[in-house]
Amino acid sequence: MTAPAPSSFTDPWQAELFALTVALSDAGQFSWPAWTEAFGATLRRHGANRMLDGDEDYFAAWLETLETLLATSGAAPSAETAKARAAWEQAYRTTPHGQPVQPAL
Amino acid sequence: MPHDHRHDEPHSLLPSDPALRVKALQTILVRKGLVDPAAMEAILDTYETKVGPHLGAKVVARAWADPDFRARLLADANAAMLELGISGRQGEHVVAVENSADQHNMVVCTLCSCYPWPLLGIPPAWYKSDAYRKRAVREPRAVLADFGVTLPEGTSVRVWDSTAEVRYLVIPARPAGTEGWDEERLATLVTRDSMIGTGFPREAGA
Repeated sequence: MTAPAPSSFTDPWQAELFALTVALSDAGQFSWPAWTEAFGATLRRHGANRMLDGDEDYFAAWLETLETLLATSGAAPSAETAKARAAWEQAYRTTPHGQPVQPAL
Repeated sequence: MPHDHRHDEPHSLLPSDPALRVKALQTILVRKGLVDPAAMEAILDTYETKVGPHLGAKVVARAWADPDFRARLLADANAAMLELGISGRQGEHVVAVENSADQHNMVVCTLCSCYPWPLLGIPPAWYKSDAYRKRAVREPRAVLADFGVTLPEGTSVRVWDSTAEVRYLVIPARPAGTEGWDEERLATLVTRDSMIGTGFPREAGA
């Protein structure tokens, strides 16, 4: 816990996830108190049997919470999310290095 | 950076599972018009380049230098922050708590990681860790000791638990030997941790 790193996101996806969540809340998809409540519940569940380090596992809990909220609200049903994820993976696997990666959706 | 794709497959480097899942959500939500990519960009830009502890330091330095501002900050932090051009996000209420010889203040969010973003930016990993979140309320002095902070016998510790609605900013004590310093110089002494209550400001001679 000493000598904390100055940077707060260790991976670009964490920053994107953060921005996406804040933008969705700003756009009225959910209130921030509702978000913290749901997120807090996920953290409690994940941290029930072990100590979370506040970095990777923290954003993993964040992502899981957002996926669940959006699946429940119908904004992003899990089948749609899985399909989009697969399309992105396929695009990364088949796009030559250096070319823009664009999923076929 | 390791290149972990096979050489017979000339594809682009495959992002991690969470990175792909974030892209998937983004794709769906943008296509449905539920989120504006420009709004996301603006948020990223704000939190990666504009917002950070330097803003909180400005507020603390002003409070040290200007007793009237200090009084206004303690009475209504959001209004006082606005004087410096710092606005909170919608619905967030900031409360400034001042350290004294009698009381040291320390901030935590036991629920998740609520934090005064407009003043301090994105919280560091330790603020979000269970080691901090679960212990700060129960054994604040032990946690402070981990940060190298030892308080005098007579100083009590007050732990403030943040929520989605209320965020706290600690105003640390002004370091000795800074009489006559202007705000800009004072601000250089204000550390992020001193505004969370897990550290002290830098010393004037350091």
